[in-house]
Amino acid sequence: MEEKEIILKVQDLNIEFHDHLIPETVVYDFNLTLKAGEIVGLVGESGSGKSMSALAVAGLLRRHDMKKTGQILFDGVDLLNCDRKVLRKFQGKEIGMVFQEPMTSLNPVKKIGWQVEESLRIHTQLNKEERYRRVIEALENVELQDPERIVRQYPHELSGGMRQRVMIAAAMICKPRLLIADEPTTALDVTIQAQIVKLLKRLNREEGTAVLFISHDLSLVKRLCSRILVMKSGYVVESGETQQIFYHPGDAYTKKLIEAIPAYEKR
Amino acid sequence: MRGKTILKKTVSTIITLLVVSFLVFLSFSVIPGDPAVSQLGTNATPERVEALREEMGLNRPFFLRFGEWLLSFAGGDMGISYSYKIPVKEMILDKLPITFTMTVMAFILVVIISVPVGIYAAKHQGGRTDRAVITINQVFMAVPPFFAGILITVLFGVVLKLFTPGGYVSYTKNFWGFVGYLFFPALAIALPKAAMTVKLLRSSLLEQAELDYTRTAYSRGNTTRDVLYRHVLQNAMIPVITFLGMALADIFTGSIIIEQVFNIPGLGRILLTSISNRDYPVVMAIIVCLAFAVIVINLLVDVIYRFADPRIRNED
Repeated sequence: MEEKEIILKVQDLNIEFHDHLIPETVVYDFNLTLKAGEIVGLVGESGSGKSMSALAVAGLLRRHDMKKTGQILFDGVDLLNCDRKVLRKFQGKEIGMVFQEPMTSLNPVKKIGWQVEESLRIHTQLNKEERYRRVIEALENVELQDPERIVRQYPHELSGGMRQRVMIAAAMICKPRLLIADEPTTALDVTIQAQIVKLLKRLNREEGTAVLFISHDLSLVKRLCSRILVMKSGYVVESGETQQIFYHPGDAYTKKLIEAIPAYEKR
Repeated sequence: MRGKTILKKTVSTIITLLVVSFLVFLSFSVIPGDPAVSQLGTNATPERVEALREEMGLNRPFFLRFGEWLLSFAGGDMGISYSYKIPVKEMILDKLPITFTMTVMAFILVVIISVPVGIYAAKHQGGRTDRAVITINQVFMAVPPFFAGILITVLFGVVLKLFTPGGYVSYTKNFWGFVGYLFFPALAIALPKAAMTVKLLRSSLLEQAELDYTRTAYSRGNTTRDVLYRHVLQNAMIPVITFLGMALADIFTGSIIIEQVFNIPGLGRILLTSISNRDYPVVMAIIVCLAFAVIVINLLVDVIYRFADPRIRNED
């Protein structure tokens, strides 16, 4: 693999909750380096801190009752400690985000077209016609049939898989350099899961967008990612190339996770 | 709405009005009191009362009388008032603008007070203003409109002398003076409703702000302000619209009491005098009008609701 530019560097990220009497640390010394065009998987069980880390990178953690230390360098700008104004310049433009629940992640009272073009409206000077053209393009790009009709529809008129495609189209519309996908397939059924993974892989190849893929499903991550980080109760217990982790897992927890994959999927 | 829906709504409106008028008519024949007696006074001889009853047609069978009333009402003839001897229609057309103006003013006050206050309280949740709003709300919600009316009369009328208590100004003589006088009763009706709306809007906003789609909105680089006004507000207004619809109907019918407190010769006033005089052409007409107004308001809310919430739109 040729040397590529590093776009994201997370250094010693610690996240501590203060919403109870006793402070609770949910992420310890999280480190991550992401190069342009790379797909990295973040694996772990519920509560392992993987979503928290991802939300921190996307700048979506609440500001109060929570202490965050470390650095999240995107393009050399520290997103963790910068002004919110600066952070917003990255959100939606350089960093797109897709969430777990396609059923609730879209605004129920707004048309799909309006929601997909939102990042363009915020970050660019494009006029209405140009934005419309980009929206249609983006919806076609996520393999949705009949995009002219979909832009006029509301979220409740679409299926879960279609909504997740809409979410991806909306996240990708500004052609961000990083797409964070937080369990994007967990709420979908298996055939749709495979389609979404294929779609993410294609978008990564064609657009050169780096993907941070968060999942508890190791077999899914194996199909998609070149590198993997395994998290358990706030700590990264293992990280490395996918092949290496699969065939020579160093950590006992990783071994257990791999053993948990049904045999026929391990090929 | 499609043609079928319109037809359905029209039929249900007619049925509701029929049922309401029948029940009022029925209750008037059941309760004690006699329109003939109330016209002649309690000293009248039984013979004279009986003669007048015969003349007024009160001795005929119940259903015949109801049918007759219904037919002429449907034909646009509301009858003639027993006690005032003038056509009921004229009376209502004369008084309706007063009650209507007051209702509209009260409703506007509810909206312009509660929407900004609700948004502000939700935005500064837990802050000093928010806590003050919650406390004041609690007080206003507990105060019934007539009592609020008395307090307002004392404060603005007697102490601050912003208006003359009881000095109602007719809209035919001085329209702005009329509006100025109605402002205070409208405020008395509006305050408890505004307090409830603030509470509902505040909690609805806070509830919506926790939902996943707001996080999506932030992830696209929206400011807190844009998330609030472009995403959260419309969703949060959905339950508020339903409540405002009920409040509007309530304000309209509730104006009857506040008209007494402020000495306003509106529909409520003639309704009350007509009930005690057993002047039922007037009572029937007013109640059917009130019922009709409530139905129309509900229909309007339905339409606005559909506009705000696309999920409802596809259902029919």
